[in-house]
Amino acid sequence: MVYSLPEEVLEHVFSFITLDKDRNAVSLVCKSWYEIERWCRRRIFVGNCYAVSPSIMTRRFPEVRSVELKGKPHFADFNLVPEGWGGFACPWISEMSRAYPWLEEIRLKRMVVTDESLELISTSFKNFKVLVLSSCEGFSTDGLAAIAANCRNLRKLDLRESEVMDLSGHWLSHFPNTCTSLESLNIACLGSEVSFSALERLVGRSPNLKILRLNRAVPLEKLSTLLCRAPQLVELGTGAYSSGIRSDVYSSLSKAFLGCKELKGLSGFWDVDPSYLLAFYSVCSRLTSLNLSYATIRSPDITKVISQCPNLQRLWVLDHVEDSGLNAVALSCKDLRELRVFPSDPYIADANVTLTEQGLVSVSEGCPKLQSVLYFCRQMSNSALITIARNRPNLICFRLCVIEPRAPDYLTLEPLDVGFGAIVEHCKELRRLSLSGLLTDRVFEYIGRHAKRLEMLSIAFAGNSDLGLHHVLSGCDGLRKLEIRDCPFGDKALLANVAKLETMRSLWMSSCAVSYGACKFLSQKMPMLNVEVIDENGSLDSRFDSCPVEKLYIYRTVAGPRSDMPGYIRTIDRDRVNTIS
Amino acid sequence: MDLNYKATELRLGLPGTDDLPATMKSKKRSSPEMCPDESRSIPPAKSQVVGWPPVRCYRKNALQGKKMEVGSYVKVSMDGAPYLRKVDLRVYKSYGELMKGLEEMFKCIIGLYNEKELGYNGSMHAPTYEDKEGDWMLVGDVPWDMFLTSCKRLRIMKANEAKGLAI
Repeated sequence: MVYSLPEEVLEHVFSFITLDKDRNAVSLVCKSWYEIERWCRRRIFVGNCYAVSPSIMTRRFPEVRSVELKGKPHFADFNLVPEGWGGFACPWISEMSRAYPWLEEIRLKRMVVTDESLELISTSFKNFKVLVLSSCEGFSTDGLAAIAANCRNLRKLDLRESEVMDLSGHWLSHFPNTCTSLESLNIACLGSEVSFSALERLVGRSPNLKILRLNRAVPLEKLSTLLCRAPQLVELGTGAYSSGIRSDVYSSLSKAFLGCKELKGLSGFWDVDPSYLLAFYSVCSRLTSLNLSYATIRSPDITKVISQCPNLQRLWVLDHVEDSGLNAVALSCKDLRELRVFPSDPYIADANVTLTEQGLVSVSEGCPKLQSVLYFCRQMSNSALITIARNRPNLICFRLCVIEPRAPDYLTLEPLDVGFGAIVEHCKELRRLSLSGLLTDRVFEYIGRHAKRLEMLSIAFAGNSDLGLHHVLSGCDGLRKLEIRDCPFGDKALLANVAKLETMRSLWMSSCAVSYGACKFLSQKMPMLNVEVIDENGSLDSRFDSCPVEKLYIYRTVAGPRSDMPGYIRTIDRDRVNTIS
Repeated sequence: MDLNYKATELRLGLPGTDDLPATMKSKKRSSPEMCPDESRSIPPAKSQVVGWPPVRCYRKNALQGKKMEVGSYVKVSMDGAPYLRKVDLRVYKSYGELMKGLEEMFKCIIGLYNEKELGYNGSMHAPTYEDKEGDWMLVGDVPWDMFLTSCKRLRIMKANEAKGLAI
């Protein structure tokens, strides 16, 4: 006798299941659960926009309210992915405008978005609430004007680090007077000045505004006006943070900050004048997030601020913080979870800044909750890495960039294999790792052996042979994203781990030693993979099998080869491979 | 004396743009000379390695932009005016905007640079600037970016005094 719960009950139960992983598991139980689940799934996350097609998504999930898509590979952030590669949002937005009239949220990362698409968004979805464009490009302030003008219930507009064609600041004035729903506005990436009076009025009529990130063009003198209109702010990104020495500006600013009782996060601080830093003194004790990574202020000033912030959980800062500043962090910020230290002058050999491996060691000692690290420095040692690993076995994300490629342990001149080995051995929950410095195949042996939870690995200028790559592909059970540049990895490791590639989201290899012939073979053998060869210099048609490919991007997909590639990219056509001997 | 060779040297690229190492130019494609064999044996010099160190363009531009913008306030004098003013050249994106700004500030009419006649014909005033070498130049001859980097102060002259300046 089969007993089954009525659909409504199942649907209600499923509504408590929010993680994609769990939703996917639910849909595999049986056909009826698959059916019920697909009708009630409200959020979709597509980590690679070419892994699936828009119509496949809308066909399976008809009632979606929120879609998140990612386009270009991560290395696009560092100019390694050429112009015109792809990641076009247009087909997705067109399809969603047709299929999801009740769509409320769109989040795009590293995609190319046009003004037409933005206009389509603004007119297609009556209840549109959230637009996040993270590291996107291809649109202008005209598109933003359409969003402002037409989205009556807009709650969040976040342009996180996108490249916007800044035609004018007028777009902001397109928010109608009736728009009072705004909760989050991030325009930090925009160059030109927006109309301040329009901004002030918008802020004034948005009682739910919690996050406001201004752009550099908003002068410091005007900041207090905005803060007085929005004392309920939780996160603030300032504009330019200097104004000549004017005591009236300072006093109105500190008064305004005093009024912001909910403020927990600060960012911005372009062009910082240190004499204004302590205007937000009253907020420091409550701060959980502080981004000073655009503030070129010196260590003593940074230290003064940081020592006032005992509740800091996230700190982003330039290497001007120096070891002394990080010692202060270790002493004062016992709740720190995430530390990012960026280089102020990445291209000169000697930065005249005393930031060494010691700073990171101190923080690892003093901050018991430290989980996530991004650290640029000019010297590193195995002993420091081992100490860090022992101090912080709870690390989840460890990204270290020793600026000089292939730099050895500066004390012993040995490779940093043992140091990184200690990291993966002790930090059993490590999910993301970026390597740098002088590294041999040995480090990959350690990684393959210990980094069982690793999901994303970034490798540059490392390894000796295919054995290195083989260790990673055969050992890292949870690997989803692998990106490699300038390593001597060739065909052998790839061809020995062909099945592994289908369990991963994507593999990027540039300036390595993979041959065209190996790419063809992979493509032939694995129909569920797109094997894309990028070559900007030569003709892809006249390649010999033994030629190394410039750049290679392999990803699993159910959508087949894509049709929007520029001429210098080719998906190895399986059918052609079979007929050409 | 700073002869400002950089501004006059022959090279490909717009005058007035600074020479930046290859890695700082956004969207640049990787060098054709870099093939896997070479990258294994010869570590490339830092300035030639695309995308290394891995700092996002957004961040690079933000920090760079900051450096270029320090100290762009210049004094502006107008013949006959009792005191000088200061303008932040950063605020303007073109000569047209600058002229408008100056006109508003001094309540005068300068007009626009006439490209055919290379001057401000018919105007009562001629805008001039002192460049890095200490010479007084007519505003408008050189591209805007180049002007930004070389202008040290501005002077709005009466037209009848500006005789030797190609008016």
